[in-house]
Amino acid sequence: MTLTPQTVLDRVHAALPQARIELLNNPSPSGQHSLLVHRDDALEVAQFLKNDPELLLDYASNVSGVDYPDHLEAVYHLFSIAQKQGPIVLRTRTGDRSGDACLPSLTPVWKSADFQEREAFDLLGIRFEGHPDLRRLLMWDEFVDHPLRKDYVAPEDYEYEPTPHGEILAKISAPASQA
Amino acid sequence: MTEADGAGAQTLDVSLGPQHPSTHGVFRMNVRMDGETVVKLQPVFGYLHRNHEKLAEGKSWLGSMPFTDRLDYICPITNNWGYALAVEKLAGIEVPDRAEYIRVIVGEMTRIQNHTAFLGFILGDMGAWGSALMYAFREREKILDLFEGLTGARMMANYMRFGGVRCDLPAGWLEKARAYIETYPAFLDEMEKFLTGNEILLSRLQGVGVMSAERAINGGLSGPVLRASGVDYDIRKVDGYGVYPRLKFRVPRGTVGDCFDRFMLRILEIRESIQILQQAFAQIPQGPILNPAVKTRGFKPPVGEAYGRIEGPKGELGFHLVSDGGEKPYRYHIRPPSLINLTLLEEMCVGTKIADVMVILGSIDIVLGEVDR
Amino acid sequence: MTDDALRSELQKRGIFVTSFEDLYNWGRKNSLWPLQFGLACCAIEMIAAAAARFDMARFGAEVFRPSPRQADLMIIAGTVTKKMAPLVVRLYNQMPEPKYVLAMGACAISGGPFKEGYNVLKGIDRYIPVDVYVPGCPPRPEALLEGLITLQKKIEKQRLFGKQLPRHADPQAPAEYPVPAYGPHDLIPPLNPDVFCPKRNASSAE
Repeated sequence: MTLTPQTVLDRVHAALPQARIELLNNPSPSGQHSLLVHRDDALEVAQFLKNDPELLLDYASNVSGVDYPDHLEAVYHLFSIAQKQGPIVLRTRTGDRSGDACLPSLTPVWKSADFQEREAFDLLGIRFEGHPDLRRLLMWDEFVDHPLRKDYVAPEDYEYEPTPHGEILAKISAPASQA
Repeated sequence: MTEADGAGAQTLDVSLGPQHPSTHGVFRMNVRMDGETVVKLQPVFGYLHRNHEKLAEGKSWLGSMPFTDRLDYICPITNNWGYALAVEKLAGIEVPDRAEYIRVIVGEMTRIQNHTAFLGFILGDMGAWGSALMYAFREREKILDLFEGLTGARMMANYMRFGGVRCDLPAGWLEKARAYIETYPAFLDEMEKFLTGNEILLSRLQGVGVMSAERAINGGLSGPVLRASGVDYDIRKVDGYGVYPRLKFRVPRGTVGDCFDRFMLRILEIRESIQILQQAFAQIPQGPILNPAVKTRGFKPPVGEAYGRIEGPKGELGFHLVSDGGEKPYRYHIRPPSLINLTLLEEMCVGTKIADVMVILGSIDIVLGEVDR
Repeated sequence: MTDDALRSELQKRGIFVTSFEDLYNWGRKNSLWPLQFGLACCAIEMIAAAAARFDMARFGAEVFRPSPRQADLMIIAGTVTKKMAPLVVRLYNQMPEPKYVLAMGACAISGGPFKEGYNVLKGIDRYIPVDVYVPGCPPRPEALLEGLITLQKKIEKQRLFGKQLPRHADPQAPAEYPVPAYGPHDLIPPLNPDVFCPKRNASSAE
């Protein structure tokens, strides 16, 4: 069968009626709409997506964390090597950005998520519960911040030198600060 | 640094790297050995973490293009391509035909020079330090000369633009490239004459670091490492991006999934790339090289997100981009094939001898700029 | 010391006069052993410089040693991250004197394009003294060779006696440089003030 977010959603609804999962529209011309699954049901849904003979989403290619103003998200780009189809985009969402920044780890389902979830933990501070080895991936262990968050302030450790690009950079950043 | 484990056996912990001649950069592994047999292996990353993703959030969309050159610094042009493709998906940009052919030509030449350098590096990892690398780099220099003629830089090409490429082929470049590609198989035959049947090479590579197809898929391996395990999956065929559907080529596959399969697969891929190049040289049309509708300054893709991927020389190179409609990316994430191909390094290495770890690592073909970003 | 005109006149007659210093420096400058140590992109150009076409052996610097104990030239080829910086300083400390540092590429000099990164050290000269800077991103192999020749000229001029001794002949110079530690936000200390003095350099350049 042709895998689209809608067909996958219908299939999941038919098999797991209690799972909280919904379709998120992506307005971009890419048309890659995503499936937002509640974090408590994520592991069960992931097992189903991988093992269901109609779906066979056996390849979790990419895992990225995204920092939104009031929550963090982990985005999984799933492909089916058996059917040569994809991507199906699966997202899970944390409760907030600090105390409740927990998500279930999907590493037990797709081993390929291992390092990428560690990276999201390191740089964004998403705690993946059930991850076999959740340590910082890139920064050293003594580091306490999460640098990819939007509110991270880097140490001021270089001498600022004006360049001709300064004006262009100011122009670029001006509309973003107003919005 | 010995310690007694539960069974009472003495094991030895060794930290390999980050400064080590065979870790291809600043990669580090904490290896636990029983005698010379590896019982545990933990990779340590981050010694080349250059904050590419964070820096990209503070730059214009096009401003990240030169940074992608420095991801996998052996093959900058395919990195450009991956990023350009993802942005083109995000903003719905069409690419003119001539530009697509130029992309295929430079992309396949990048693949050839990456695999050529791989031949030199893996021989170095096996102990043939120097000679093989000299021959490999001699050939690589010739391809770099062509890149320099086209883009102005030996390595950091910064060549792709959203909706095309930066500059057209200079007069006479195509003939030079065609003449060079015709001489390339002779070099490969010579290398194969010395290497493929070599007894030492066979005993160092065959049966080492075996990976089953099922584990390879679950571990997210991609590119030559995945296909060496017998999986028929090439993004050039599956996604059919660019003009690849118009070009005839085969996808080589391994049968065993050991280091020798990964080594041979690269040689076979070079031969297929030469086939692709010859077709592209013959088919390339005249026409524009850049979509004129794309603004260079103040380029703003619509709100949304996209995941674009290409079959890079090392595997699946993907970009996950989130746009809030502004001039800068909201989120810019790279799926680095080199990092994810290392997911199963421990499984490949446990049970082998310490000297084989270097060969297994070499056969995966990593570049640290991409592993740590 | 002999004057150059007399020396050249004698040479024409087949008599070679030299000083111990000159002989010593001539030997040293033509057999530099670089540390086989690549950090990032520039390392590929370093390999290219050592490979067949550019052939660094013509300048006597082809013996790349993987161990710092056997090397006397450290080519910092690539971005030094904060995670890597303590290890670079430790490797430098492990090299025997006389030793030289060549910062290859924009990143090693100042952080280069990655200067605004939170994990990027803004120039290795914050922790260890650098003898030659080779700009470029990455520098071409020819530029690296030019840097090597510049270093050879520098070695040639180093005096063993008298005032203004080079570091390796000066008993007051530090034998080791402090290795920074990993801190919660940054390296501790963020720079070594005994080594890094940008303001002095800036005022002397004006």
